[in-house]
Amino acid sequence: MVQAQSRGGSRGDPASLGGTSSTDLNVVYDSGGGPPAKRKTLLSNAVLGTMIFILTEIMLFGGLVSAFLIGKSMASFGWPPPGQPRLPIENTAFNTLALLLSGVALFVAHRRITDAPATAKSPLWAAILLGTFFTVSQGYEWVGLIAEGLTLTSSVHGAFFYLIVGAHALHVMVALGFLISCGLQVNQGAVELNRFHATEAFWYFVVGIWPVLYGLVYLS
Amino acid sequence: MAEHAGEAAHGHDGHHEMSFWSKYVFSTDHKIIGMQYMFTGMAMALIGGFMAYVFRMQLAFPGEAVPGFGGVSPADYNSLITNHGTIMIFWVAMPVLIAGFGNFLIPLMIGCDDMVFPKINRLSYQIFLLSAIVLIVSFFVQGGGFGGAWTAYPPLSAKAEYSLTPLGSTLWLVAVALEFVAFLLGGINFVTTTMNSRAPGMKMYDIPMVIWMIVVASILFMASVGPLIAGAVMLFMDQNVGTGFFDPGKGGDPILWQHLFWFFGHPEVYVVLLPAMGIVADIMTVFSRKKLFAYRTVLYTVFGTGVLSFTVWAHHQFIAGVDPRMAHIFTITTLLISVPIAEMCFVYIATLYGGSIQLSTPMLWALAFLAEFLIGGVTGIFLGASGADVYFHDTYFVLAHFHYTFFPIAIIGVFAGITYWFPKMFGRHLSEFWGKVHFWGTIVAFNCIFIPLFMLGAAGQHRRIYNYNHFPDLATPELQRLRVIATSALLVMLAFQAVFLINFFYSLFKGKKAEKNPYNANTLEWTAASPPPHGNWAELPRVYRGPYEYSHPDRDTDYWPQNEPN
Repeated sequence: MVQAQSRGGSRGDPASLGGTSSTDLNVVYDSGGGPPAKRKTLLSNAVLGTMIFILTEIMLFGGLVSAFLIGKSMASFGWPPPGQPRLPIENTAFNTLALLLSGVALFVAHRRITDAPATAKSPLWAAILLGTFFTVSQGYEWVGLIAEGLTLTSSVHGAFFYLIVGAHALHVMVALGFLISCGLQVNQGAVELNRFHATEAFWYFVVGIWPVLYGLVYLS
Repeated sequence: MAEHAGEAAHGHDGHHEMSFWSKYVFSTDHKIIGMQYMFTGMAMALIGGFMAYVFRMQLAFPGEAVPGFGGVSPADYNSLITNHGTIMIFWVAMPVLIAGFGNFLIPLMIGCDDMVFPKINRLSYQIFLLSAIVLIVSFFVQGGGFGGAWTAYPPLSAKAEYSLTPLGSTLWLVAVALEFVAFLLGGINFVTTTMNSRAPGMKMYDIPMVIWMIVVASILFMASVGPLIAGAVMLFMDQNVGTGFFDPGKGGDPILWQHLFWFFGHPEVYVVLLPAMGIVADIMTVFSRKKLFAYRTVLYTVFGTGVLSFTVWAHHQFIAGVDPRMAHIFTITTLLISVPIAEMCFVYIATLYGGSIQLSTPMLWALAFLAEFLIGGVTGIFLGASGADVYFHDTYFVLAHFHYTFFPIAIIGVFAGITYWFPKMFGRHLSEFWGKVHFWGTIVAFNCIFIPLFMLGAAGQHRRIYNYNHFPDLATPELQRLRVIATSALLVMLAFQAVFLINFFYSLFKGKKAEKNPYNANTLEWTAASPPPHGNWAELPRVYRGPYEYSHPDRDTDYWPQNEPN
């Protein structure tokens, strides 16, 4: 009630803010040595910073996808171009499922990590294992495709395939690195929640954008 | 060198002594990083200005050796114009306006001790410095610097047999990409800091306009740069791996690059415009002792402009073979975006109306910004209309138009900011007299450069021509006279920059000492010491009101600092 009054004071009225130091919604006091007053924030610095970064990433993949769609619409002899190998749709569908499950596992870890960090250990490592499976399995597919003659220079189709899927793979690997570091922290029982939440946001982005890329690059 | 000025005032308690390297080179202090950006940007501006001097001399006196450079070959000419544009936009306007002022001002104006990610901030500058070095190195590799224009359209940029700069074009691309990474890291810091670290009591509408504009500009940058990074990777692969993204012979599309480039390139105009507009807003309120007219309207206008700026990019491509029906749509959006910007100009004039205007040097620059930018904006209307653009496209009319927008942004806006915040940055005053000499010398000469270029453009003079003597219709004595006038005015303008540099460095060491708040301004940076110590304040300020409470009727003084309880 006191808080509500302090917020309701007229703008610029000194009493509305000056006299309510400990009850102002914006202000929490540190008992320790640090700065006298701190702002309560909606999102932690790490999570907000990561979300802004994800905005750029979405636009990056948006650029790649629009370029891909333009390139595809320019193809005069059908898509994929004649003479190019067929993409392994079924295997990748299975890999996609693994990646989505890893997102689910991470969400389970998220539900548990605040109250009982130790119980978050198994879902977190499950997410890491599923993500690793996805990466390795996709890499294995690449080896096969290269052997079948799909390369960067074989056609625009090949170039876009490796560019888009490769850009995503790069993101998966970086995100896995962060997930593993969170996993190790959980193992030691000293998880930094901000770091975990930021990593989590980035992993959801990596997982969430993949079905879109799969649908566009493999299925269309 | 300049950072020595801060040393004397640096005896702040609680901070142990640091070596020169850790204090000035590997510092995580936002003020030092801001200075690093600013001084690197100024050094790059000198390089970019020198390039303009060389190619303008070639155009006015074709074939004659240029003092300080020598004979200009066609390849030199291409490389000079390309890198002049690249440097002035990516290594001058962006680092000084966004990274320089953003780093220096954001924590000081929102009342916190540093950016939220200081180490990322330091990394941002280090990557930026690396990008500048890569760009400078690219001038000296075999074949010379990249000469395919700053827009880097393929196939000229994608194939060494066309550009004749196999290494130069790749290094150019790498430098630009590194620079984007640097600003990405900086932008994340700016937005997160402004959202999360404001002084207690500072609400959204209490944030000074310049900070809002830097934040919106950062968001615009981060939302628009993705497609260009995608394009840059594709161009890099076309250059070095042999893919054919932009090669029609291999099933690619060269126009695709233009879309990816301008999808970034047009919001980029607003990325650099907004910080300059913010600087001008803050200066105008202080030197007219009035509240900013319609703070919220300006803010919503800025958001609206940001959104609209993503819908206008194809007006750069009216003659690139885009569908004429598409051109109509982009004509409409382009003409629409002049509405919010014109509105902001009116709001600024309304801010000035009835104020007690004090024509100090920063205020002169701010007023000049408004006047000169208006000319740039109005001439843009002709180019935004697809019909008129068919004639004007790629003429000097376009060139003069965007110099009338970018010069006010990157030069006039920056001078306004530097002359205004100089006392806060270095604890000393610039000379007002020499500041005004520099102002008039620059402004008069600037108009004498580019008004002749408008006339040349209307006469049909095409851009990116090495020697007009090869074109009988353009080699007439009348047109040549205009070229000589423009070049002479450029020489005068460059000479007047020496006045600024001498004034700047003299005042850095010998200028009159500045007190905390020499202009009786309201915003928080004026409550810190001049120059602010590491950590900015011994006790962080709290905020009780908006930033523009000047000439409040209930007050004895004509200003009301944000941090005063009453």
